[in-house]
Amino acid sequence: MKNNLLIVIPAYNEEKTIGSVIKGIRNVAQTSDVVIINDGSSDRTESAAKDAGAFVINLPFNLGYGAALQTGFKYAVRHGYKYAIQMDGDGQHNPSSLMSLIKEVEKNNTDVVIGSRFLGGNSYNAPALRKIGMKIFSIITNFITGQKFTDPTSGYRAMNDSILRFYSNDIYPVDYPDADVIIMLHQAGFRIREIPVDMNPSPTGKSMHSGLKPIYYLFKMMLSIFVTLLREPIRDKT
Amino acid sequence: MPLRQQIFAILISIVIFIVIIELVRKRKLREEFSLIWLLTGFLLFILAIWYDLLLAITSLIGASLATSTLFFFGLVFLILINLYYSIKLSAIANQMKNLSQEIGILKAEVRSQKTEDRS
Repeated sequence: MKNNLLIVIPAYNEEKTIGSVIKGIRNVAQTSDVVIINDGSSDRTESAAKDAGAFVINLPFNLGYGAALQTGFKYAVRHGYKYAIQMDGDGQHNPSSLMSLIKEVEKNNTDVVIGSRFLGGNSYNAPALRKIGMKIFSIITNFITGQKFTDPTSGYRAMNDSILRFYSNDIYPVDYPDADVIIMLHQAGFRIREIPVDMNPSPTGKSMHSGLKPIYYLFKMMLSIFVTLLREPIRDKT
Repeated sequence: MPLRQQIFAILISIVIFIVIIELVRKRKLREEFSLIWLLTGFLLFILAIWYDLLLAITSLIGASLATSTLFFFGLVFLILINLYYSIKLSAIANQMKNLSQEIGILKAEVRSQKTEDRS
């Protein structure tokens, strides 16, 4: 652990894809550390990640995507990493875009860089219902922040250490942290940028959003954005 | 209020009181929670022995029957208790999340420390 960049990947039952994701990262960003947050998987995610050479943190039971991600941020803060990148373990986020995210966040005029599927003429095909949802949150986020976000639900993001400390607070949402986090960051006065990235369609076909979850997601996000606006802006003072 | 009703209500409130004290004595209930329940028992007792108060409240809120006043406040009380538990649960879930994260990080660090020591 001597690098200043940490790549955080929450993984819940991703034994099939996690190994190739880690290898993909190794090919692109040699000077980075990779930490896998094994969120109580019941399959061989842990050994697959270890075999690929990643550092694995095992959570005692399933805490959910946001809480797993936050574990990685807390780890990054503890070990003094200057930058971190969050990405998914299902192979959806293409490691080929890592360098552009890193370059952008290292410029020091940005705190968070969000990888967008839709910027720069990228084609990404999502199911129709999902597309509508993305569009709605894009409109809401743009309206509140006055900044143009084409892909506020993207989980492919780079950040610096002040964001890492900010994310380590209890205010970080434990489930589905995306559009509401952008608004929270905006309220706190952080500088956010969006750059184009490559994304593959989710190869395993499974998604965080299935069954009744989209309805809960929609409700949770609306409520979360609403109360974020009601709160006093929280600025990290550490 | 008929005497029989009154005796019944007084008995109930006394039983609640004893059960709560006993639970706290056996350390099965934290003092923090017992306060609400003791207050409940006390309120019940007051209403049982002081029927005029119940009638006064009934006319104050415009209810037609004393019993509906009791049921109404009983329901409100149960909703509030539930809300209180929801708040407690949220706090406990958050503490549990933080603890689990800490355990995960510490375990991973200990493990990597051990492999470093061995090599």
